Amino acid sequence: MAQPSAPPLLALSGVFKRFGAVQALTDVELEIHAGEVIALVGDNGAGKSTLVKVIAGVEPADTGTVEWRGHPVHIGRPHDAQHLGIATVYQDLALCDNLDVVGNLFLGRELSRIGVLDEVEMERRTRALLATLSIRIPDVRRPVVSLSGGQRQTVAISRALLGEPRLVMLDEPTAALGIEQTAQVLDLVERLRERGLGVLLISHNLGDVKAVADWVAVLRLGRNNGFFDVTTTSQEQIVSSITGASDNAVTRRVAREGEL
Amino acid sequence: MSVPGGSTVRGAVRFADTFGRRLGGGTIGSVPVVLGLLAIWAVFQILNPHFLSPRNLSNLSVDIVGTGMLALGVIFVLLVGEIDLSVGSVSGLASALYAVLNVNLGMAEPPAIVLGVLCGTAVGFVHGFFTAVVGVPAFVVTLAGLLGWYGLMLFIMGTYGTINLNDQGLVAQLTNYYFSDVAAAYALAALGTAGYFLTAWRGVKRRRAAGVPTRPPAVIALRTGALAVIAFAAAYVLNRFQGLPLALLIFLVVLVVLDYVLRRTTYGRMIFALGGGVEAARRAGINVAWVRTSAFMMSSTMAAIGGLFLASRINSVSQTSVTTDLLMNAIAAAVIGGTSLFGGRGSTWSALLGVLVIQSIASGVALMDIQTAVQFMITGGVLLLAVVIDSLSHRAQRAHGRA
Repeated sequence: MAQPSAPPLLALSGVFKRFGAVQALTDVELEIHAGEVIALVGDNGAGKSTLVKVIAGVEPADTGTVEWRGHPVHIGRPHDAQHLGIATVYQDLALCDNLDVVGNLFLGRELSRIGVLDEVEMERRTRALLATLSIRIPDVRRPVVSLSGGQRQTVAISRALLGEPRLVMLDEPTAALGIEQTAQVLDLVERLRERGLGVLLISHNLGDVKAVADWVAVLRLGRNNGFFDVTTTSQEQIVSSITGASDNAVTRRVAREGEL
Repeated sequence: MSVPGGSTVRGAVRFADTFGRRLGGGTIGSVPVVLGLLAIWAVFQILNPHFLSPRNLSNLSVDIVGTGMLALGVIFVLLVGEIDLSVGSVSGLASALYAVLNVNLGMAEPPAIVLGVLCGTAVGFVHGFFTAVVGVPAFVVTLAGLLGWYGLMLFIMGTYGTINLNDQGLVAQLTNYYFSDVAAAYALAALGTAGYFLTAWRGVKRRRAAGVPTRPPAVIALRTGALAVIAFAAAYVLNRFQGLPLALLIFLVVLVVLDYVLRRTTYGRMIFALGGGVEAARRAGINVAWVRTSAFMMSSTMAAIGGLFLASRINSVSQTSVTTDLLMNAIAAAVIGGTSLFGGRGSTWSALLGVLVIQSIASGVALMDIQTAVQFMITGGVLLLAVVIDSLSHRAQRAHGRA
């Protein structure tokens, strides 16, 4: 686990982002340490995806400071984020259906000599990487279009890991998966943490969040709305923070009764 | 799936899946077309015993080259998921430019040829710019090209209805020169077979050294054997007429080189990536606009080269040498050969197979002295069949992935 004295892997503060008339993010802050899984939760339109895009450099923030391992940095385009060691796995996976697993893993950073692909070395490294992550894929030379949803997800995550990132952002990795496949992906998330990576996990599924995350960061209407330790926080508290239900007549009444 | 067609679709899924696993990705389409080609040859041979004569087959091997070059270029555009309707006009434009420069203005042949081909490259850049950068659908851009470049060709030709090429010139020799030495055709067959075997064998050794699973040696032996049989049979037949045609040699060399570019280089990988998922390609840092533009440049360049071969075949360039069936044949050849209209699947070998099918039909119909109307109908039917197979295997792959 990270030393308390070590600066966080990534620290955001005062992040604002506006799309036309919509204020998507307002004064958002977030800290991610190495070897931690942070779950980013919030209702639809809370700004989760926008925050991920800000960190990934796809939609840079209007204002705000970003510190990477204690040093202020500017992330203005996807390349900047990748260069720092931030890898993003989007919900739509962005795989090329017609390419095989090896081709997808190395897409855009193929091993080559004077433009000629080194297929053997790429396949060897692919097999090695899949083996260290305990990922089973029947044939790495099959087009990914013929893989199952869970297998495609693991291919997308492996692809992100190939660049040896320090921070991995996963956008709803289990949203379209069955129970068995979800378990496989969650196992994979835990192995990422064991390898000392920081993981930012976006999920709607609080069961998944409770299962693998160390901390939960809640966004509501584009603002921070709580940062919880998973082990000491109940699911109800997280839900009420997501929905904003902690601030209404019923909860105030419950709170009063609790004091009595 | 309670619809009556359900079991058929599931059957097709299993069919495509088995072949997909055995043959790997892009070559699913070549099995039906090889069978189809054999069937076409058998039927025409039964109808007319001259069809498989060395003379006819030799002529066929030269006739395929012009359209085949166009089809090779079209494959690049189809692979990135676009279409190019202008290849016929561009081939006419390039040959007209060459003929006017060389014959009418007296420019030496080599620079005239280079300018003709570069004119094609420039046209492709224009198409690519409007498609990839401005964002106009390729269908419309190249349809405008179909009309516009044809007009430019007429303009260049000016008052000349037909320009006859120099009989002894380079371009004239492209399709008229034969290596009459028997050794040439056999040497090419031996070289091709040995080249395939050595490449495959080196691959196996490298993969073994790296500890990666390899294709069983028996498969390589079998493929080498099949290739040897086809190559030496072709060499034998060609030698019984006038020997190895220069045009066929050039076509095969270009085909193999482009195949290597598509399958073994980072550039080829980018072409396939665009066809498989533009968004994925963009996020992987691929310069999508540039790759797309380059595909159009490849297409138009190959069209220009094909235009020179077509001009060479009739030894002249005329205002009527651009016909709509040239364009249709080039695209149909690529698709019949197994390159997908949906992008991302295909190979340069589909140009050879597809154009063989189309020219075989044309040649067989001509031999039997039937109207060209029948030829159009047969080719149309074959094209429809090819697209149906393409669509089914496309759907089958997706259905399998979601299951």
